[in-house]
Amino acid sequence: MNETKKRLDVIGMPRRRVDARSKVTGQLRFADDLALPRMLHAKLLRSPHPHAIVEAVDAEKARQHPSVKLVLTGQDFPVPFGIMPVSVDEYPLARERVRYVGDPVAAVIAVDEQAAVEALALIEVRYQVLRPVSGPQDGLEHPEPRIHDYGEQGNIHRNQAYEFGDVDEALRNADFVAEDLFFYEGNTHLPMEQQASLAFLDQDGKLQISSSTQNPHYLHRQLARVLQVPESRIRVIATPNGGGFGGKCDPGGHEFVVCKAALVLGRPVKIGLTREEVFYVHRGRHPVLLKMKTGVTKEGKLTGMHLQTLLDGGGYGSHGPASTFYTGVLTPVTYHYPRFKFEACRVFTNKPACGPKRGHGTPQPRFGQEVQLDKIAERLGMDPLELRLKNLTKAGDLTASWLRVGSTGLEDCLRKVGEMSSWKAQHGKLEKGRGVGLACSTYMSGAGVAIYWNKMPHSGVQVLLDRSGTVVVYCGATEIGQGSDDVLAAIVAETLGVDTGSVRVVSGDTGITPVDLGSYSSRVTIMAGNAAVQAAERLRASLAAAVCETLGTLPDRVVFSQGKVFAADNAGAGMSFVEAVTMAEAQLGTLSAVGSYSPPKPPGRYKGAGVGPSPAYSFSACVVEAEVDERTGWIHVPKIWIAHDIGRALNPVLARGQVIGGVYMGLSEAMMEEQSFRRLPEKLSGALVHRAPSMLDYKSLTALDMPEVEVALIEDPDPNCPYGAKEVGQGPLLPVMPALANAIFDAVGVRVDEIPVTPDKVLRALEAKAAGKAARVGPESYPSVPYPEPIFVLPPWEGGDGNESRKGGEKRAAAAMV
Amino acid sequence: MLRLPWFEYRAPSTLAEAVKILAGEGPQAMLVAGGTDLLPNMKRRHQSPKVLVSLKGIAELRKLNGGYGAGLTLAEVVAHAATPSALRQAAAQVATAQIRNMGTLGGNLCLDTRCTYYNQTEEWRKAIDYCLKKDGSVCWVATASKRCVAVSSTDTAPALITLDAKVKLVGPAGEREIPVEALYQNDGIDYLSRKPDEVLSAVVIPSGWRSTYWKLRRRGSFDFPLLGVAAALKMDGDVVTDARIALGAVASRPFRVDKAGHFLKGKRLTDEVIAEAATLVANRAKPMDNTDMDLYWRKEVADDFAGYALKELRGDDMRAVRIRTARYLPG
Repeated sequence: MNETKKRLDVIGMPRRRVDARSKVTGQLRFADDLALPRMLHAKLLRSPHPHAIVEAVDAEKARQHPSVKLVLTGQDFPVPFGIMPVSVDEYPLARERVRYVGDPVAAVIAVDEQAAVEALALIEVRYQVLRPVSGPQDGLEHPEPRIHDYGEQGNIHRNQAYEFGDVDEALRNADFVAEDLFFYEGNTHLPMEQQASLAFLDQDGKLQISSSTQNPHYLHRQLARVLQVPESRIRVIATPNGGGFGGKCDPGGHEFVVCKAALVLGRPVKIGLTREEVFYVHRGRHPVLLKMKTGVTKEGKLTGMHLQTLLDGGGYGSHGPASTFYTGVLTPVTYHYPRFKFEACRVFTNKPACGPKRGHGTPQPRFGQEVQLDKIAERLGMDPLELRLKNLTKAGDLTASWLRVGSTGLEDCLRKVGEMSSWKAQHGKLEKGRGVGLACSTYMSGAGVAIYWNKMPHSGVQVLLDRSGTVVVYCGATEIGQGSDDVLAAIVAETLGVDTGSVRVVSGDTGITPVDLGSYSSRVTIMAGNAAVQAAERLRASLAAAVCETLGTLPDRVVFSQGKVFAADNAGAGMSFVEAVTMAEAQLGTLSAVGSYSPPKPPGRYKGAGVGPSPAYSFSACVVEAEVDERTGWIHVPKIWIAHDIGRALNPVLARGQVIGGVYMGLSEAMMEEQSFRRLPEKLSGALVHRAPSMLDYKSLTALDMPEVEVALIEDPDPNCPYGAKEVGQGPLLPVMPALANAIFDAVGVRVDEIPVTPDKVLRALEAKAAGKAARVGPESYPSVPYPEPIFVLPPWEGGDGNESRKGGEKRAAAAMV
Repeated sequence: MLRLPWFEYRAPSTLAEAVKILAGEGPQAMLVAGGTDLLPNMKRRHQSPKVLVSLKGIAELRKLNGGYGAGLTLAEVVAHAATPSALRQAAAQVATAQIRNMGTLGGNLCLDTRCTYYNQTEEWRKAIDYCLKKDGSVCWVATASKRCVAVSSTDTAPALITLDAKVKLVGPAGEREIPVEALYQNDGIDYLSRKPDEVLSAVVIPSGWRSTYWKLRRRGSFDFPLLGVAAALKMDGDVVTDARIALGAVASRPFRVDKAGHFLKGKRLTDEVIAEAATLVANRAKPMDNTDMDLYWRKEVADDFAGYALKELRGDDMRAVRIRTARYLPG
């Protein structure tokens, strides 16, 4: 059967998601809802010092507490962990060093939580306090004491530079060079669900953990490593996450602790983190300082960009090596830069580790890029929308950095959002105090390379049919609220011509589901989805072969639709899906098929080319309307329009929900969220503490604070994606922050070159403007960062082959001659 | 989760019984009404009373004749038809609907003072070696200060001060009535003049004032105030015959700005008069860096908020500003 000719029955229809009922009724069991007989409770003792050597841990008194069953310390965990093979630098409980206030040092396992808390107070830890590093500049200026004994040098964790074509020359040959400094404050994920885990030994004595994790497969591998237990004796069940956003990607110290305790005690052990602890686990948005130089011609064509970034990494590596890349690599995907240079440096500091948060590393440079484009348009006297249209990448393009832009609907997004928001009639034309701002973005539909090097598929799916007509889909993908179970059900239902009510999805269980790498990098829809299509198509072929004779047709003329199986030219006759399954099972035996997916090989071949490639990129364009009170700087956002190139919306209700959720998170970051820290006066105190580790005091928007969001889904199916569906979980967040900053400029003519954009900053910029100074608030200087000599790669159009030019200088000279 | 410390729970059914328990237990006992402030604070070990005396079961505290029973929930105060505007607006903007359904008028008046160095868990406070308000010796907001500068965050108190309201306090020696303003002391630790064995039983509010309350906070949906401006006027035609303006969240107590009140008397509310009165109000706002947002900005916008309040009392349509700044429209 020719797929393009079949009408879609499930895909594209607005449906109630498959897990809606259990979520609405409260039947769904999150990790913290789980309880087992004889279950014990764990609590962690955390460091009160930002940086100290752990000299001694005396837990004798705690061990003697009548309700305490076990006390664990760093000595119980000799093997470190780390989500990335290049940054294995963390212990479940600190062994010799604590690196932020909140770093776990010891664990108490007791009969109840209250007793565990009491016993924590009985543990005595002797610390030798070290000078804390409070920020990346501080870390550059103070290479000693080192926070870690690995990394590039001093307190620099990662330091890298890439140059794709001679950028100095591109800037020299431009009509002008826009040069800007931007700062993007760190922020955290703030999922509703606080992490919880329950570990126990099953009937066979094997270790099982149910945990709120986004990546059960990676957790499984790390548990085996740290606990020295064979992988085959571990089962990780990712319970449905009450939101993840990247915060549950890293394995957490608490997960190792409950597993170790269950192994030692032979009893179920549970832990539930407090909200404050979730702020300490963090792994959220890196604070990033950016310097951005862009060459532009009089006609508004971009000639090249030189981007420098400086990341505040926090106390551990986490996903940091990837985050460092992401502060640059996706920058040239939306617009064509003939040449591109990117330098990035991540510094260890004595704060909770930063890592991946929705948009992973890319919102920061995207903010700078999109605000700078707004400034360039103003300087050229050009409509910002026209400037963007002029520079768009095209479908199938390679970037200077050798990323393959697959399908792109960014032009359609721009035109659509322009139309929805009446851009031309509004931009620059509203009364003073009101303005509109525009920004674009892109994001990967799955990272092209796994976190650990291997040649196996990124996702596997098994589909099982039985004579009841039930379709069971097994996949390691994790439902974190984004709707991955619904996506898998819809894809399999569509392919087999049944409705999602006949499909049961079993996901995120490393004991029974095929490996999927996890719910990160917007990879599940495309990767698990493609694997599901393959498995379901194989089953459909088996069924078609079994029933075609009865239907009097050829196998490829059998149609599966709406629970019926019939010949393409005789839709009136045929049989039910259940009859077809029965017939096939009688002929072929038990019916099952597997599918798997590996992304295509990326075109870039230089070292580091693995970060950034994706089988497909989503695109978004967003307009934010802002009202600014010039006396107070108060910002009000009455309306947001956004168009998102999704390829195809598998379930438009879910897709719109993801878009609006992304816009919500973006606006909240743009306006108020700050994971910021207090360094108390040095003469009086060594304290370096999180300012507001609570949901009341860490400010974020609520539903009541949200403006109306008008969403357009741009649908042009992408050939690399299942039924053409690209990602929607992360992309729509990204343009909101720069669009707000640009709207503020349109409203009152001042630039806030830093996130969050708050009323006090707007008012300061307005006052500066009134005093005849630069109408801007933002970073004033960029520190001296010892970036390395760049890896030089020629862009595709300058004769490059995707490899590093062995001698950058020579190639540069050669390129100059061409 | 954060756990409460152990405590004994007493639930008297009369005011007299409550007073007796308080007198008997001394300072180790604390009153609890809705618990929306005290219980989270106990989880963070701000208070660890041995005995909690619940006011929930005392019917006298929920009365609405003559005065407002201190045990009325904030939601009930908002719903009551005769509640004056300033009080209704203040009560309606306290926290969230769920908390207003539990939290009481008396509880909001007795709300513990707040500070970003104080409203943290025991573990967090240990990491800064505590602070002057609780268990420590330094005020981290003003390290030279001998006095705790934690901020008064009650919304209803400034509203009641402008309304010239009084509170009733019942103790072993009987009942006394004092102006709401006199309930407070400008000390972040010892912020109430209520004696430990007294129960705040009711609020008596005179009528005849045209009043309003404006609240500054980062989020309209819910937050403690960064600034509260309450204003009440008596008018003869368009001439102000009496005026009372009070500020909240800019000191350790809510207070009245007499100068502004006197200035307004006998005047018409022209733009110039409002601007001058607003400046007089703002001059008294001396916020500290102990709550959310930039301290200088909070100071700078105080006159704007005072102006909003007076303009609304003049009869200007301030709904658009209300929606923008507070996501709230007075009903």
